[in-house]
Amino acid sequence: MSVKVMIPTPLRVYAGKRESADVAAATVGEALAQLTMQFGDLRKHLFTEDGKLRSFVNVYINDEDIRYLAKENTPTKDGDTVSIVPSIAGGSSPTKIQSPATQPGSATRKATSLTNEEILRYSRHLIMPEVGMEGQLKLKNSKVLLIGTGGLGAPLGLYLAAAGVGHLGLVDFDVVDFTNLQRQVSFGSDDVGKPKTAAAQSRLSNLNPDIKIETFETKLTSENALDLFKDFDIIVDGTDNFPTRYLVNDACILLGKPNVYGSIFRFEGQVTVFGMPDGPCYRCLYPEPPPPGLVPSCAEGGVLGVLPGIVGSIQAMETIKLILGAGESLKGRLLLFDALAMKFRELKLRKNHDCPMCGDHPTITKLIDYYEFCGVRGEEAPASDVQVPEITPRDLKTRLDRGDDLFILDVREPHEYQICNLHGHLIPLGELPRRVHELDSSREIVAHCRSGKRSAEAVDFLRKAGFRKILNLKGGILAWSDEVDPSVPKY
Amino acid sequence: MSNSAQLKITSELAGQIRSHGAECYPHECCGALLGRDTEVADRRVYREIHALHPLVNRRDDSPQNRFSVTSKDVLEAEKDARARGLEVVGWYHSHPDHPARPSQFDRDHAWPWYSYIIVSVANKIPEDMTSWRLADDRTDFECEEIELQQAAS
Repeated sequence: MSVKVMIPTPLRVYAGKRESADVAAATVGEALAQLTMQFGDLRKHLFTEDGKLRSFVNVYINDEDIRYLAKENTPTKDGDTVSIVPSIAGGSSPTKIQSPATQPGSATRKATSLTNEEILRYSRHLIMPEVGMEGQLKLKNSKVLLIGTGGLGAPLGLYLAAAGVGHLGLVDFDVVDFTNLQRQVSFGSDDVGKPKTAAAQSRLSNLNPDIKIETFETKLTSENALDLFKDFDIIVDGTDNFPTRYLVNDACILLGKPNVYGSIFRFEGQVTVFGMPDGPCYRCLYPEPPPPGLVPSCAEGGVLGVLPGIVGSIQAMETIKLILGAGESLKGRLLLFDALAMKFRELKLRKNHDCPMCGDHPTITKLIDYYEFCGVRGEEAPASDVQVPEITPRDLKTRLDRGDDLFILDVREPHEYQICNLHGHLIPLGELPRRVHELDSSREIVAHCRSGKRSAEAVDFLRKAGFRKILNLKGGILAWSDEVDPSVPKY
Repeated sequence: MSNSAQLKITSELAGQIRSHGAECYPHECCGALLGRDTEVADRRVYREIHALHPLVNRRDDSPQNRFSVTSKDVLEAEKDARARGLEVVGWYHSHPDHPARPSQFDRDHAWPWYSYIIVSVANKIPEDMTSWRLADDRTDFECEEIELQQAAS
């Protein structure tokens, strides 16, 4: 039977600019199948991935909506006209959207009551009028994604799980190591060597077995961020590097989701909420990343163990306030915490109307390469790409044992020298330029630091200063401890 | 498809979209954009809006953050367009107390080719206006430059 299918204007570009196509079909469903066989590009606009007609695609046979007939099984007669008619929908507040792809069946249904066990568990919330049953149900129905399960992620995960946030997502690709335990309080000594997401999941589900904990053992990237974020209501940034902060910010702005931001360094912390309607974003505060290497990471600069506990707890509080709709959020305010002075200060943050991300005329409309944007290949990449001559710990040991005349230069800080040393001559990297005269360029020098990164810079600097017989100890004291002398502690 | 897409609209019509957004606040407003595409050199197309066809938001369940236009409304808008020798080239809607950028919901429900103008209305005051087009592969909404033109007197 010959049926004419009318193609709506927005789809004509995928159908050779035609207004209609003639197909042979016995039902409306067949007519549409024939049409998409002729014009393959139409398929994804008409049908979902599992082959269902999209909700906003209406189909009429002559002037009757097939929904009121036999839907796609509606029979066709010779000369019938099948019209595809758009219905148009949209709207703000994407936090209310649930993706059918990841929430099959009834899983999307909202909880409307608490069990007796839950009532007991949350009784200190329930007796507060500001939370009450309504607030507790909001917590239960909320979905929060934690980026990072380390220093900030630990108190965040613990408090949000304990408070009854119904669905927690954990993103981390790292494994627990001994240096984490000084501040990442959701892990125990037994967890060393385990993936952080798995260790956190086990701790949090023990704390609160009633909630869903979803783990994503992966690095957050421009490729996966939107997909990971889309099913969550609130994103909490507990990361420690600039590329990921920009990535989290941009993905939140693109999806219209709040970003509860926290950062820590040594004795200081910062907290705010980005991505709120009319509020500023991370790029309004920091339009450009700092030059690579200028701001040291926790691994390089250190962090006092309690600090992430305080900052992460404030982030947890802000997250819960957003869910409850209670109080005043930190939107537009940057809270600064100085642990040494034990002072909180507050800076006003304004939305930058010229912001390329959230301003009046955004120029960034998709995720970019954030490592390139921040000028680093990755947070593990050395700040400088200098290639310098190296010596392995084993070769150094052999040569020292042989009695070769080698001058060992330690470019770490004095307090690091106290932890352990290779009996070298100590000149911290920062003092090297004005203390070069202490070195004898006619002698063979081996420079080292903790990991080999700072000493590579020292070797590069000294080579430029005319030193020719200088080598970098590959892998630093860490490698020395692994390969030569395990009695030297790693830190 | 719409690499350097450009949308021309008179400041008068842009003003009407803003006022419609303010009138409907705190609910979302919506309407059709009537106009035509003109092909210029290098197969580049520019799109001009000549008239609006304001519509009633059919979402009575949550009109403050959703809008919906039924297929009947679409057919009427198309009829109106044809009567004026124009085409429905897109849709506008407001985001009350929300930035003028497409939500995931907007993208999931978008049609290609159409221009989607979004006006942000903060506390009854219309603010930013942006326009978007869905990428061919449905993965992305691309920002379309709006060129405001002074209405011919």
